[in-house]
Amino acid sequence: MTSYFQVILSRIVQAAITVLGIVAINFVVLNLAPGDMAEVMAGQAGGAGEGYIEQIRAQFGLDQPLIVRFGHYLANLLQFDLGYSFSRNLPVSTVLFERLPATLLLMGSAIGLAFLIGGVLGAFAARRANSFADTIISVISVLGYATPLFWLGLMMVLLFTIKLGWLPSSGMRTIGSRATGWAAFFDLVRHAAMPTVTLALFYIAVFTRLMRASVLQVSGLDFVTTARAKGATEGQVYRHHIYGNAILPVVTMLGVQIGSMLGGSVVVETIFGWPGLGRLTFDAIFSRDVNLLLGVLFLSSLLVVAVNLIVDLLYTWLDPRIALAS
Amino acid sequence: MWVNEPTTLTSAYTSAGQTYYTSGKIFDGLVEYDFDMKPKPKLATSWDLSADGLTLRFTLRNDVKWHDGKPFTSSDLQYSALEVWRKLHPRGRSTWANLADVETPNATTAIFRFSKPSPYVLNALISPEAQVLPRHLYEGKDVLTNPANIAPVGNGPFRFKEWQRGDYILLERNPDYWNKGKPYLDQIIYRVIPDAASRSVAFEANEIDIGGGIPISLADARRLEKIPTLEIPERGAEAYGNNTFLEVNVRRPHLQDKRVRRALLHSLDRNFILKNIFFNFGQVATGPIPYTIGTFYTADVPKYEYSLDKANSLLDEAGQKRSADGTRFKMTIDVLPFGEYYFRLADYLKQQLTLLGIVAEIRNADFATYYRRIYTDYDFDITCSGASALTDPTIGVQRFFWSKNIIKGVPFSNGTGYSNPEVDAILEAAQTEIDPQKRVALFHQFQQKVVDDLPILPMCDVPYFTVKNRAVKNTEISPFGISDNFAEAYIEG
Repeated sequence: MTSYFQVILSRIVQAAITVLGIVAINFVVLNLAPGDMAEVMAGQAGGAGEGYIEQIRAQFGLDQPLIVRFGHYLANLLQFDLGYSFSRNLPVSTVLFERLPATLLLMGSAIGLAFLIGGVLGAFAARRANSFADTIISVISVLGYATPLFWLGLMMVLLFTIKLGWLPSSGMRTIGSRATGWAAFFDLVRHAAMPTVTLALFYIAVFTRLMRASVLQVSGLDFVTTARAKGATEGQVYRHHIYGNAILPVVTMLGVQIGSMLGGSVVVETIFGWPGLGRLTFDAIFSRDVNLLLGVLFLSSLLVVAVNLIVDLLYTWLDPRIALAS
Repeated sequence: MWVNEPTTLTSAYTSAGQTYYTSGKIFDGLVEYDFDMKPKPKLATSWDLSADGLTLRFTLRNDVKWHDGKPFTSSDLQYSALEVWRKLHPRGRSTWANLADVETPNATTAIFRFSKPSPYVLNALISPEAQVLPRHLYEGKDVLTNPANIAPVGNGPFRFKEWQRGDYILLERNPDYWNKGKPYLDQIIYRVIPDAASRSVAFEANEIDIGGGIPISLADARRLEKIPTLEIPERGAEAYGNNTFLEVNVRRPHLQDKRVRRALLHSLDRNFILKNIFFNFGQVATGPIPYTIGTFYTADVPKYEYSLDKANSLLDEAGQKRSADGTRFKMTIDVLPFGEYYFRLADYLKQQLTLLGIVAEIRNADFATYYRRIYTDYDFDITCSGASALTDPTIGVQRFFWSKNIIKGVPFSNGTGYSNPEVDAILEAAQTEIDPQKRVALFHQFQQKVVDDLPILPMCDVPYFTVKNRAVKNTEISPFGISDNFAEAYIEG
């Protein structure tokens, strides 16, 4: 058991180095872009007098050399201080933790939904390979794969908000409602339904295709034939031998897709006015709030690294033959 | 009510539009303006600009309290003018440049002393432009990072309640408002809906009551207008004097010749632009001062009708002959990344330039890159852009044409590099001219000169507009419309 924790520890150290590398690259790249926050602030303000820009630069320390600023940033980061977001007038960590729950909720429910539906549909399609149902599922998943998120989102709003009036078009909760308990929960579900489905659809398609292929592949392997030869029923073969093995590549994909899902959530959060990190990233880029942007990137790299670690752990749990260290 | 998420809730040191809409409800201005841009009493009951224009005396209401219960006095005004507007407000720095001191003989009197006459300050006293901050919460602290900026304590009809970032801002009725019985509304909720298409939907689904500053795409606006519950009021944004234009980099050798710039303007059918890009919102612009500022506007300026023949012959005359392959020269078009219509305008411009044998390349960048290119590096040929002329040309228009405003690194300054001593003289005279008639005459002269020179090609004056539910009343009672304090606004039924 000690070795198990040693491995995890070394993985965490590796992850920390990776994240540090990401921070350094982000810092340099973001500062290479022409233009800075002072100019954006002056632009937003509709112009400025002489000296205004210099004053802002001096105040935010933008007049110092890049290497000095990076040193400051790193020193602060090691004390878990992400700096101050001048475009938001708050410490970066406060801004991030205000937004993080909304994004985690959206991504978690989307990925859960995608994993569940994708897994079930894929397994179902594989068991009835080449049947009519399989074809229908394949067509739907190709459509889901190809549909742009923003289009799907707007079409859903058109249907469920404007035509039917069932769901609210944006936001995360009914403003000013003091609902608690179940009422608050259902309010949240009503608001989350469309963004979740919009974000999930692409991944449902991915997971369906993957699960189908994986089930088909596993069901042709020797141990499945052996199980059948031993007299196991079809249901037992699938439950005990095929699904467990077939799910492994889907879990891998799950880990890989978390990063891309953050990208997708920018679009979804924008369309549905969802108060999460995705939209914040977009705003931070446009206002050239480097501290905030670095904070978002730092947090998302942590998220991706953590998810990958969890996926690896999940692996050893799903299939104990896979060693963690290798 | 819709708003793009503001970064701060006080306009005392920023002039960002998103902040205007919210902060104007929390803080009352010294005055408000009628549709002729004449000031009416608000926090100041009277004011008096001395004959030499050097002394401006305010008498303030004595029954105004900050939302934390402390009295509002001339000392707040003194602090805000000297420490905030004059030092930090991006426009205030020039508006209040000549402000030497503010004296406060008693709690309800403030005397502004100017080193040079500054008559235009009377046009810059509304709350969003000159917001008085509570001295007791700001003095001795850094203004820009003061926590009160995001949880403001104001003196207006509505009190700040809560701000769920990325979601909404909630204001509630101020029961101790000095104007007894007002405001009528119990609360105002600002929804943050970042996507224009989603905002259209929210209007259509009756989820929001009102939104300002061109809240939805112009095409959608024409569609939503037909929905019986919605309307787009004609009035209520005159003070912004929003206009669109093309800035030409006159440093570039082939653009230095004003015949070339005139040719460019001749090649554009601005009626077509108005109809197809701006969906007939506003009017074709005649010059840098939009028709919405009635007082200073004149249509009596050189005209450039749509004529490709004229454009071609002007180019030939200027020595920009077509080469063997029929092209004359290459140009870049930089697009202000704000609102889709600047991109449509760029597409049309590129198309028309092709007809003249000018090969154009459209460049698309984010705000920071755009500002850097146009106003710091001067690395551009022509822009598709726009700005607000605001309430007075000295405040909103002069910045683009005054040669002393060629300041590297300042967005929306004189980026074209235009420098004309005559125009400078006119602008400087208008800055200190006390006689209103003479000021108007000076600005008429200014329009004629710069429309002759054309460092900036006027396109269309497209006023900001409001989209609202018809049940919402009394929201367009001044030229500041949706930025006003909404003390009188109510919902019918």
